[in-house]
Amino acid sequence: MRSLIDILDLSVAEIEELMDLAEDIIAHPDAYAHRLAGKKLATLFFEPSTRTRMSFEAAMYELGGNVISMSSAASSSASKGESVADTVKTVSCYADIIAMRHPKEGAALVASKNASVPVINAGDGGHCHPTQTLADLLTIKREKGGFSNLTVGLCGDLKFGRTVHSLIQALARYEGVRFVLISPEELKVPSYVKRDVLACRGIPYEQTTDLGSALPSLDILYMTRVQRERFFNEEDYLRLKDRYVLTPEKLKDAKPDLSIMHPLPRVNEISVAIDEDKRACYFKQVKYGKYMRMALILKLLKEAEDVH
Amino acid sequence: MYIDSVRNGMVIDHISAGYGMKLYDLLGLDDQDVSVAIIKNVSSRKMGKKDIIKIDADIPISLDVIGYVDPGATVNIIKNGELVEKKAMALPAELCNVLRCKNPRCITSTEQELPHIFRLTDPEHKVYRCVWCETKAE
Repeated sequence: MRSLIDILDLSVAEIEELMDLAEDIIAHPDAYAHRLAGKKLATLFFEPSTRTRMSFEAAMYELGGNVISMSSAASSSASKGESVADTVKTVSCYADIIAMRHPKEGAALVASKNASVPVINAGDGGHCHPTQTLADLLTIKREKGGFSNLTVGLCGDLKFGRTVHSLIQALARYEGVRFVLISPEELKVPSYVKRDVLACRGIPYEQTTDLGSALPSLDILYMTRVQRERFFNEEDYLRLKDRYVLTPEKLKDAKPDLSIMHPLPRVNEISVAIDEDKRACYFKQVKYGKYMRMALILKLLKEAEDVH
Repeated sequence: MYIDSVRNGMVIDHISAGYGMKLYDLLGLDDQDVSVAIIKNVSSRKMGKKDIIKIDADIPISLDVIGYVDPGATVNIIKNGELVEKKAMALPAELCNVLRCKNPRCITSTEQELPHIFRLTDPEHKVYRCVWCETKAE
């Protein structure tokens, strides 16, 4: 049974295929409006989420399918001590496909090994969030026309930011991509990502703590939120949370065709004044995320049917 | 120093000096009611110094654990006092329930029944990562 746990579970060709399918859905939504009639998506969110959960639900409804879900982790049997394995074995009896978010790293893999239907990882702690990466990739492709020869700046929490690690892994497979990693010392990209993904393939990257000096060279600026829920120590969070705030003044030296992205939700790292700037892409990312999830659900359900 | 020869069991030889006790612990030999000898800092022409473990009983021993602790070790299988097989060790591709994941955010920290599985991801630097959360083994 094919599931999606990590963005690297998909080949470059499969990601291209998903982006083409998403483009076709955008162009011909009526052709897909009843494609999954009679199918059910179960959304299992053991951690708070607004956009990812609603994006999955909207995606399923726009394909003509239905959604079943639990209202919160507190009201689920997980609060009674049920294991992830037992939960997904049960939910597999009700649904055709599962989208799961869980605070523990590796929970989605455990789910995929125990479910009898495809599992989509909608975020497992600070580990992976592959459908956000799919949204990011379609945004970049639509904004820049492709992925080659881009200078991509990643700014903020690069240590715990799961979207950042997945995006680096995905973009590292394209020619000519260069990374600028902008973060406080305490929130730098983990060394294994730099060594195993970047250095071993000879992909150029630089690390800096200074957003202002990095901005003029960037084609893409991917801002991230410092996530309170990833810290064991509140003091560390408070010390680091306001380190980078993107304002119109800071954008003066940026390229006119810069694309500003953010996985959302934002707190204050992008000033609302930037929302009107044509370079702001983060709400487009949300929209594209829904289309990529539609494409992914279609692909995984088709593959599951082919297996049966 | 005189130690009896093994009649039926194994001799784990060419253990890097200092790794004998670690291997003894990880193999769970402390829990076995059998004759075991740990010989430390034995002179070796090839290694300078080495450790040796002799087990005088035919008990199941994880070769993966030996390969993980010291891929340069050799295992000699003894039957009726004769050497019947000599096995060279190598880093195992996977370790199950030998190491424990130390990442407090890993799913294994809350779901106790899950096996702690580590996979060799970088043989050159002997790096093992948890298959669930990808945290590096310490």
